[in-house]
Amino acid sequence: MKRNIIIIGSGPSGYTAALYAARADLKPLLFEGSQPGGQLTITTDVENFPGFPDGVMGPDLMDKFKKQAERFGTEIRNQKIDKVDFSGDSLKLWSGEEEFLSDSVIISTGASARLLGLESEKKLMGYGVSACATCDAFFFKDKKVFVVGGGDSAMEEAMFLTKFASSVTIIHRRDTFRASKIMQEKVLNNKKIDVMWNSSVVDMIGEPDAGGLKSIMVENTLDGSKDEVICDGVFLGIGHTPNSEIFKDYINLNDKGYILTYNNSTETSKKGVFAAGDIMDPIYRQAITAAGSGCMSALDAERYLENLHI
Amino acid sequence: MSDSFKNFNSDNFDSDVLKSEKTVLVDFWAEWCGPCKMLTPVIEQIATENEEKYIIGKVNVDECPDIAAKYGIRSIPCLLYFKNGKVEKQSVGVVEKAEIESTLESI
Repeated sequence: MKRNIIIIGSGPSGYTAALYAARADLKPLLFEGSQPGGQLTITTDVENFPGFPDGVMGPDLMDKFKKQAERFGTEIRNQKIDKVDFSGDSLKLWSGEEEFLSDSVIISTGASARLLGLESEKKLMGYGVSACATCDAFFFKDKKVFVVGGGDSAMEEAMFLTKFASSVTIIHRRDTFRASKIMQEKVLNNKKIDVMWNSSVVDMIGEPDAGGLKSIMVENTLDGSKDEVICDGVFLGIGHTPNSEIFKDYINLNDKGYILTYNNSTETSKKGVFAAGDIMDPIYRQAITAAGSGCMSALDAERYLENLHI
Repeated sequence: MSDSFKNFNSDNFDSDVLKSEKTVLVDFWAEWCGPCKMLTPVIEQIATENEEKYIIGKVNVDECPDIAAKYGIRSIPCLLYFKNGKVEKQSVGVVEKAEIESTLESI
């Protein structure tokens, strides 16, 4: 069966697109992907989403988004789209071996935590290496941990970790942070946090089935000298990358991998394919802006489908 | 919560998980873990659908830090697959239903 509209992703943009498409009777099919609920599910308090004067927990907010999309008939699959073919008029998508056809597609796959790109990092993810302090800090009570990065997210991770860890050291490859003034001050005035300036992590040592991470190899970015440092955990706070890999052969991306949209809308370079949320927004990246562009994408898709069927 | 989806703790972990003759799937979770809230309903559904075949349940790491520490859990959600008291497979993070089912099948 060919669908009217398939939505890939389940963050604020995906669910808002689904809500609008469902209310327009387009019977949307939504794929939750590998992180159902999106990035807000790994946050705690969300204090800047309008309509919640006392704040709301990220996972609870996403649960409400999902329920509202479901209420109007969105079909939700706990599956991931791993391949697409947008070369023809009929848009093709695959989840494993299962093939789906659709007249229109909304891409709202968002962004994921950026990794350093080390083999050892991949191997030790979840075994001492983490990209989510709020999820994993609990397991590092009275342990020695490092945070990699120099932006706001690294500062936030470091602050959060001080509640659990015995020592927190931020490793940053430059001699100044890029984080906002207020966050920098908080971190630099916190006695539990040390900073290793001009340093980068070049290797991680340990085995998943033998106690996990044991130490990291730190390189001085000025003189190239290396030092092995014993530690229990490494938290990555080096930003995010858009999840656009599987689309790159079919639609235009910018040099950072964000999907380009045109005509002050959510249209991409391929007819019938729309993009919403962090995947097309390198600037604002807020839950509310993602929800806003999710709404736009459903309205854009609705108009596209109307013209298609004339 | 259905009876097929069990609550494991220090009192029953030995008898219900380690001494079980069936394959056992254990979901390590916590109240404060967002991704866990997405994954646990999926695990519960698998438990209800496969009541005869497998033993499936969850461990709250806040209430049972000893069990989490014993298995070196450093990130949740974390799934451990046991057979004859031994960990056969382990996965970290949110996993799709089909992948969990095929892992259970393969053990």
